[in-house]
Amino acid sequence: MSFTAIKKMGAAAFGATLALGVSIALAAETPKMGGTLNFVVGSKIPSFDGHLEGTFGMIHPIRPFYSTLIRVNPENPQSTTDFVCDVCSEYSVSDDGLTYTFKIRDDIKFHDGTPLTGADVKATYDKIVFPPEGILSLRKKFFDVVDKIELTDKYTLVFRLKNPFGAFIPAVAMPFNFIYAKKDLDTHGYRWHRENINGTGAFQFVEHQQGAFVSGKRYDGYHHKGKPYLDGFKAIAAPKMAVRLQAIRGDRAAIEFRGFPPKARDDLVAALGDEITVQESDWNCSLLITPNHKIKPFDDVRVRRALTLAIDRWGGSKYLSKIAIVKTVGGVVFPQHPLAATEEELSKIPGYWKDIDKSRAEAKRLLKEAGQENLEFTLLNRAVDQPYRILGTWAIDQWKKVGLKVTQKAVPTGPWVDSLRSKKDYQVAIDANCQSVVNPIVDITKFLGSASNNYAQYKDQKMEDLYAKLSTSNDEAEQRKLIREFEMQALGEGAHLFISLWWYKINPHRSYVKGWKIAPSHYLNQHLDQVWLDK
Amino acid sequence: MYKYLVKRILLMIPTVIGAGIIIFGLLRLVPGDICELRIGGAGLFVDKEQVELCQKELGLDKNIALQFVDFAVGFVTLDFGKSGWTGKPVMHEIGLRFELSLQIALMATLTAVIIALPLGTISAIRQNTLIDYVVRIFSYAGIAMPSFWLGIMIILGLLIITQKLFGSPWMMPVSYTPIWVDPAVNLSQTIWPAIATGYRYSAVVTRMTRSAMLEVLREDYVRTARAKGLFEKVIINQHALKNAMLPVVTLVGIEFAFLMGGLVVTEQVFNLNGLGRLLVEAVLNHDFTLTQTIVMLAALIYVVMNLIVDLVYAWLDPRIRYA
Amino acid sequence: MTVQDAHPQVLDDLGRQKTWTDVLFDLVRSQPLGTAGALLVLAMILSAIFANVIAPYDPEENDFVAMLTAPNIEHWLGTDEFGRDILSRLIYGARTAMLVGFCAALAGSSIGLVMGVASAYFGGVVDMLLQRLVDIWIAIPGIILALAVVAGLGAGTTNVIIAITVPFIPNCARVVRSTALSIREMPYVDAARALGFGHVRIILRHMSPNVMAPYLIMATTFLGQAILAEASLSYLGLGVQEPTPAWGLMLQAGAEEYAESAPWIAIFPGLAITLAVFGFNLLGDALRDVLDPRMRSR
Repeated sequence: MSFTAIKKMGAAAFGATLALGVSIALAAETPKMGGTLNFVVGSKIPSFDGHLEGTFGMIHPIRPFYSTLIRVNPENPQSTTDFVCDVCSEYSVSDDGLTYTFKIRDDIKFHDGTPLTGADVKATYDKIVFPPEGILSLRKKFFDVVDKIELTDKYTLVFRLKNPFGAFIPAVAMPFNFIYAKKDLDTHGYRWHRENINGTGAFQFVEHQQGAFVSGKRYDGYHHKGKPYLDGFKAIAAPKMAVRLQAIRGDRAAIEFRGFPPKARDDLVAALGDEITVQESDWNCSLLITPNHKIKPFDDVRVRRALTLAIDRWGGSKYLSKIAIVKTVGGVVFPQHPLAATEEELSKIPGYWKDIDKSRAEAKRLLKEAGQENLEFTLLNRAVDQPYRILGTWAIDQWKKVGLKVTQKAVPTGPWVDSLRSKKDYQVAIDANCQSVVNPIVDITKFLGSASNNYAQYKDQKMEDLYAKLSTSNDEAEQRKLIREFEMQALGEGAHLFISLWWYKINPHRSYVKGWKIAPSHYLNQHLDQVWLDK
Repeated sequence: MYKYLVKRILLMIPTVIGAGIIIFGLLRLVPGDICELRIGGAGLFVDKEQVELCQKELGLDKNIALQFVDFAVGFVTLDFGKSGWTGKPVMHEIGLRFELSLQIALMATLTAVIIALPLGTISAIRQNTLIDYVVRIFSYAGIAMPSFWLGIMIILGLLIITQKLFGSPWMMPVSYTPIWVDPAVNLSQTIWPAIATGYRYSAVVTRMTRSAMLEVLREDYVRTARAKGLFEKVIINQHALKNAMLPVVTLVGIEFAFLMGGLVVTEQVFNLNGLGRLLVEAVLNHDFTLTQTIVMLAALIYVVMNLIVDLVYAWLDPRIRYA
Repeated sequence: MTVQDAHPQVLDDLGRQKTWTDVLFDLVRSQPLGTAGALLVLAMILSAIFANVIAPYDPEENDFVAMLTAPNIEHWLGTDEFGRDILSRLIYGARTAMLVGFCAALAGSSIGLVMGVASAYFGGVVDMLLQRLVDIWIAIPGIILALAVVAGLGAGTTNVIIAITVPFIPNCARVVRSTALSIREMPYVDAARALGFGHVRIILRHMSPNVMAPYLIMATTFLGQAILAEASLSYLGLGVQEPTPAWGLMLQAGAEEYAESAPWIAIFPGLAITLAVFGFNLLGDALRDVLDPRMRSR
């Protein structure tokens, strides 16, 4: 994103915040006040501290209790560039791209009555960006570019960056950056928020029964006036997908925010007709086929290239999208983002050629050249069906077509993580790349051999150089060109990591749930202040 | 009698401790680290220092022998530690689920006994007749059917049938309400897993009742009673049944102990927040403290049930009392 | 009676030695349910052995054009979400079921046999320690032991077999021990000891054959339980791996998701499991009736 764009956004954010109120008044349907939203969540809550956790199991029940500095526009969550203010009233960026100024609203109170000032936001970001010794901050790396955080007056916060960085604003918009009260951090320490909740969100914490549910009720002092519409919500724990589906069908829950596979949606629609509304979108997640570069014969680029050439992505997408939560064929950038490759650009990359027979012939030829025509290996996968195991089974069938004999080894998350990250004893593995705010410049760092979340064990200097240029560029055309080169090197020439298919989010829900718009990530747009029940 | 009781209670302690030791060792063989799991999510950056910090907090960076010492000391002082995943005390986590598991276990046992005792008795009395074969097939089916399959069929059946009959599909509540808060809602949720589990359980007990009754009916004293001309019913109720109950009681007791932690799959199907589910998650998350304590609790329940069963034995059969 | 000819002579009413066919007919007549069970088991075993001859399709081949079709002429039991033929997967699944079942049951009961006999034979401290170990072992819920083993070793057929075997061992040990205790004082054991045979030899060659009855009964019970255990582990996602055809695995993935739109995916594997376990249990019960001397005197 260029800086003129950001500046425009900052001003627009102010306007948008006003416009939001207006647009709702002008909307065709007037939201009704009242009602409790029941929804099901498939994962456990490790702790309540957003700065510390990365799972949707925490976001879905806990996000409604907190606000963030800025957030993805709830009216337009599909946009990857539309950010609006939450606790700020406006923000701007200096011409050199090094200084970001946020004006904080003066009409916000925490649930316990404490008024919010710039000091609270500063204390929050100090915790996220410069955590004290011994305190975990999961996304610290996203803010490496921040040099100083300063309070220039009671309600003005300034971030000074080391260099211009287009990915800064999307990083601030991440839904995990809950705003905490400085007094809580000072009095109770930095671990208090793991088990306690005091926020400025639309809902106040009521109860948490471990493993069962989390409930919240409306906060009357919410700073976005007139909201929330709901009286409260209840987030019910339900680890099995079938149970979540049946719960919606039996109206024990109204909605589930992660997503269902296509057949589940079809079943619900078939059973309930227009009592069900379906929202669908591309998802900022993909599964990566990861060959271990330090294990023979995957150190041979020809073998690796054969792996990707054997896979018919265009054909597979048609069928897999019917049984799994995947759909779009894409490159390293989220398919809906302006920086993403066009279909034409994609089909130049090995593995994305439209002629699959030609592709597979080339794969066989490469394998023969490398002396590996009858290669047998094990695919390490995560023991989760959607879409991990299904993709694994499909990939194995694809590899069979070029003569490779592959067995799948699906293990529970623990051993999967261990093998990938510590032991690195796998041959080829399935890894995931899931992010929240669509932020390609940061998201694609996973493909760098030097990244801490890259487990394929390689170092490609060409990619490192390309990325160094990319992270300091602020011209969109140049960024596009660099990313294309980066992509070709990662997926095709260097054949390091292969994207299978991008995930596809399908959210069928009870039609009486209104106001929630699907975002390209299950972490986004979960503050629930705009949701209402048409009952 | 007292000496026997005391000896049995004392024996319970090493058994429970032994179970804890076995699990302690077994778990630490499992690859994967709870800190990596918590912090890693799906593909996010993982700071090595963050992981190390987490490990330090949980005491996982210490030498294994030291970890064991911590565990042993904690056990003795009844401080079972904190769950590695949530940081809350283990006893708190267990306490929340204990009630639900207990209720399901009791209801399933009740269902099973109500079905099994009459069926098993009839089957024994009318051995090798049609009724016997029907009962035997019914109970074999119960043992052979995967209980989670039955559970899935029940849930689906309810959804489809209620939609056909009433227009909108009905599903049991997915969230637990304790029985004293709202008995109707509570029962509408718990009756189904009780039936699904109870059917299987009843099958086992039916078979045991039948074979125990068959044995007892051949005993000399039964033949004597028949020869004396006492009414069949009286014979059955007073003499045969009481003695046939011995092995049945053993079985019921042991199966009940199993129900208190072994309902892993049923809880998944019916979305019950019980001990079985807690245990599976603890094992998969490498939450050592939690897993160890639950396993030891399960072992304790098993051993206590054994003791109770033995005491009931002694009460039912005077010969044992004076042995 | 020497150790060698331990089986009794079977004579018919006229005092003539019965032939094999006569014995067989006797069994069938007295144990109709057991015979039915034996036939079911035989069908499964044959299915497992001749899978590649009987099965109409390759059980692992994806055919997306034919995905989720109801039972029809081409696919007698329909197809699953990858377009794989369900009948073929069931037939090959018998192979996995028999493999897992037999291995786990045999291993579990054999190890348990040796433990139980050794415990009875040595008596004293050894017996007490082994008994305590067995007590502790039994006290831990079987599914948890299996879970811990699979979580530790990873999934996959071999590890599943090991995981399922572990909870079986103490159960068999306990049952075998009580029988072994009663034959420990038999004269032939004393004679063997007097002759100077080593402990291992006595345990394996002399005492073990005489606890065959409880051993066989336990083994057949385990067979059925092993198949159910595999199904449960697969349901939890920790059993045999895709794309290997296995009944429990078939119940796990597609079954629940498509339970309504494609119920055949869930019904047939569930039926297969039920029938297999049914068969083993019927057979085991008949065996018990035949082998248990007390039941024989009817």
